[in-house]
Amino acid sequence: MNIKNVKDLNKIKKETLAISKKHPKKVLVCCGTGCIANGATKIVESVRDGLAKRKLKDVSIEILKETGCHGFCELGPLVIIEPQEIFYTKVKPKHVDDILDKSFLENEIIEPLLFTNPVDGSKITKYNDISFFKHQQRIALRNLGKISAHDMKEYIGVDGYQALAKVLFKMTPDEVIEEVIKSGLRGRGGGGFSAGKKWKICKNIQADKHYVICNGDEGDPGAFMDRSIMEGDPHGVLEGMMIAAYAIGAKEGYIYVRDEYPLAVTHLEKAILDCERSGLLGENILGTDFSFTIKIARGAGAFVCGESSALMKSVAGEVGEPRAKYVRSVVKGLYDEPTVLNNVETLVNIPTIIRKGADWYSSIGTKKSTGTKVFSLVGKVRNTGLIEVPMGITLREIIYDIGGGILEDRPFKAVQTGGPSGGCIPESMLDLPVDFDSLTEVGSMMGSGGMIVMDDKTCIVDVAKYFLEFLVEESCGKCTPCREGLYQLHKLLEKICAGKGEMSDIEKMERLSENVMIGSLCGLGKSGPNPLMSTLKHFKDEYIEHIKDKKCRAGVCPELITYEILDNCTGCMACIPACGYDAITGKKKEVHIIAQDKCTKCGACYAVCNFDSILVS
Amino acid sequence: MIHITINGKVVQAKDGEMLLTVIRREKIDVPTLCHHEAVEPSGACRLCMVEITKPEWDGWCDYVTSCLYPAADGLIVNTHAKKVNELRSSILDMYLARHPKSPEIRQLAAEYGVLKTQFEEVVDGDNCILCGICTRICDTMGFHAISMVGRGHGKEVAPPLNMAPTACVGCLSCAKNCPTNYIEYNMENGGLTIWKKDFEMVACTECGKTTITKEFAEYLSKNRDINIDYFRKCDECHRKELAGTMGRISNWDREARS
Repeated sequence: MNIKNVKDLNKIKKETLAISKKHPKKVLVCCGTGCIANGATKIVESVRDGLAKRKLKDVSIEILKETGCHGFCELGPLVIIEPQEIFYTKVKPKHVDDILDKSFLENEIIEPLLFTNPVDGSKITKYNDISFFKHQQRIALRNLGKISAHDMKEYIGVDGYQALAKVLFKMTPDEVIEEVIKSGLRGRGGGGFSAGKKWKICKNIQADKHYVICNGDEGDPGAFMDRSIMEGDPHGVLEGMMIAAYAIGAKEGYIYVRDEYPLAVTHLEKAILDCERSGLLGENILGTDFSFTIKIARGAGAFVCGESSALMKSVAGEVGEPRAKYVRSVVKGLYDEPTVLNNVETLVNIPTIIRKGADWYSSIGTKKSTGTKVFSLVGKVRNTGLIEVPMGITLREIIYDIGGGILEDRPFKAVQTGGPSGGCIPESMLDLPVDFDSLTEVGSMMGSGGMIVMDDKTCIVDVAKYFLEFLVEESCGKCTPCREGLYQLHKLLEKICAGKGEMSDIEKMERLSENVMIGSLCGLGKSGPNPLMSTLKHFKDEYIEHIKDKKCRAGVCPELITYEILDNCTGCMACIPACGYDAITGKKKEVHIIAQDKCTKCGACYAVCNFDSILVS
Repeated sequence: MIHITINGKVVQAKDGEMLLTVIRREKIDVPTLCHHEAVEPSGACRLCMVEITKPEWDGWCDYVTSCLYPAADGLIVNTHAKKVNELRSSILDMYLARHPKSPEIRQLAAEYGVLKTQFEEVVDGDNCILCGICTRICDTMGFHAISMVGRGHGKEVAPPLNMAPTACVGCLSCAKNCPTNYIEYNMENGGLTIWKKDFEMVACTECGKTTITKEFAEYLSKNRDINIDYFRKCDECHRKELAGTMGRISNWDREARS
């Protein structure tokens, strides 16, 4: 494949569309990491074999699409039949023949494989009718689940690299920058700084070299937005980088990906190679003066390497430690040259903004937070997964409309946003619009887009302890407040969870948090106490309960709870072998008893009891 | 030259010069644990933080590490603002919890009113405060024999794989500049052991006293164009020789005049 000019590009687009038209019926198999873990590779093989058996081997490449992540990972492997939009969940290789015969060759629907609405138990056929998908608006995730992730032609078929052609032939670098500023696009990695303004500062600095870096070091526990984008739409990321490079005058770019994302690395490597071979990367791209190369820098998975200055040190082969940024990295970044560092999600938005225009983009979302945002919605909600929603949507809409509400209809307690450095938002603020500024105002943050929903069985002190533990482990250890301060905050939380807390500890934690926030070197230390501070702000009574009453109302902190067997125990004896510590005694059909001195509060009995006879208090 | 105000006094400074340099030139006492004139500042200990503001900032102020903050015209610096002092004692409190046995930390903490830590003392806390002076000096010397290993609370200074580092020449720059005297070395029987590596010392040809390690002498001789024979004499004997030479010269002068 040779793409020397726009004519070549358009020719490939036309060919791809023609092929697609010839085979309107397609089998889309989700090949995101989640579905692969659930066995999607075997489904792909079975579909390929099945097509061969049905004498469709020659066109199997046009029919079978190994797509990126659909976002509904808990129901994988997912198979979609186009054009009917039939959505099959938890597909096993044994189902494939049936799917091909009934749904692919005919128009029949296989009911047992359909999605079951968790609210009313009804079956839903089309994916766009499922509430999880229905309320989403996909810009960054536009190609995920739609095209074969590793096929460059398919990307070109969906207007891929048209934005690149547009900027190279119809726009000056300054016009590109103005367009991005006008779109209102703000950094999706957590900072929320105007992407266009960042480009402008960088471009205006005289230097031998400028660099573009794509930050794919997503390290928040439970977050997989960037991973899915890199896996499912690698060319979208590359095109965004190319446009950024043209705008700021960079000739070299890096994508920093953590090594725990092997599939993302593979897909990006393939995409870069395809671009290099076809001429979309290298010298004189599309016959213009613009030359650009992209290299992959693989990180070892340190949370701190998502911080810009630490990331750049790591790219340069040094120890990933942040530096003081009194001189910003956009002025003095990689190898001390001006550098634009954008998050994966920020960059993947760029081609669409260029193609459809800043006005179109800024009409979505709110005035100060335009466009959409990808979240990984996890925790105690019925539908978990990757979602993209317009900014300004309320937390309630996300949790109840898309997420389908709280599991088992339990009461909602809090939602944690912004990853480990974010904060918890209580029920009273469920109607808060989700945008950069509103979240910051209530003591949380947008972060990279983690969203963890908690019900009444979640202990808020335990949650704060969990995040602090993560941050203590991931602190780079360079500066004292972050290394020692977060460690001491975690120790104080441990003390409170163990029932040994004193009221003075709250004040001690507040003061220490403030000093860590002011005193730390980088953003990670400065925001480190956030999970503690936001829970203290909104759930102080629960802390006081732990300290004064020595009670954990959620039944989580082992030192503060007891397990008892109620009188409605049927004496089924199921809990007796479940207890690993021989703490439960009792005879058949008689109420059992837990010996408190032996009970370790592991919860094993609670899990096996079918009669709600175990009381945790 | 630019002008900045430190604690109410207007002083001159070079544009872009680090605030700490100006502060120390003015003989104002700001504590540091990770600062060393020979190496690049790192901003790790956070003790040199000061409060800065500018008239046009409308009363807003910032807290920055003076070792890394470049002086700019019109800057107003307060090295001992209330918040700064509180921050310093809090950081020293954290240090004291981690290194309760270090005399240097105890003394500095006491200066800021912290006699006993309010936090949980770290069991088996050692005296390495992770300031990174040793590793930065080693890098500056050109050896790169030791570095920071690991991260967070478990971070430590170590040679690669915790084995005797091949790159170390036994210059002792790390140990001699350690602010808490944590880096151990052993010099006896004409040898030196540091970082588990044994060195042979050069003995003075005059008095027999050991001077520097053979490796370090060879390194300096090779890279700094110093005659290797120079290292075969100790400092004292070099000075004795110099005094003798100077004596002879003045004798000749006297003889020449008379």
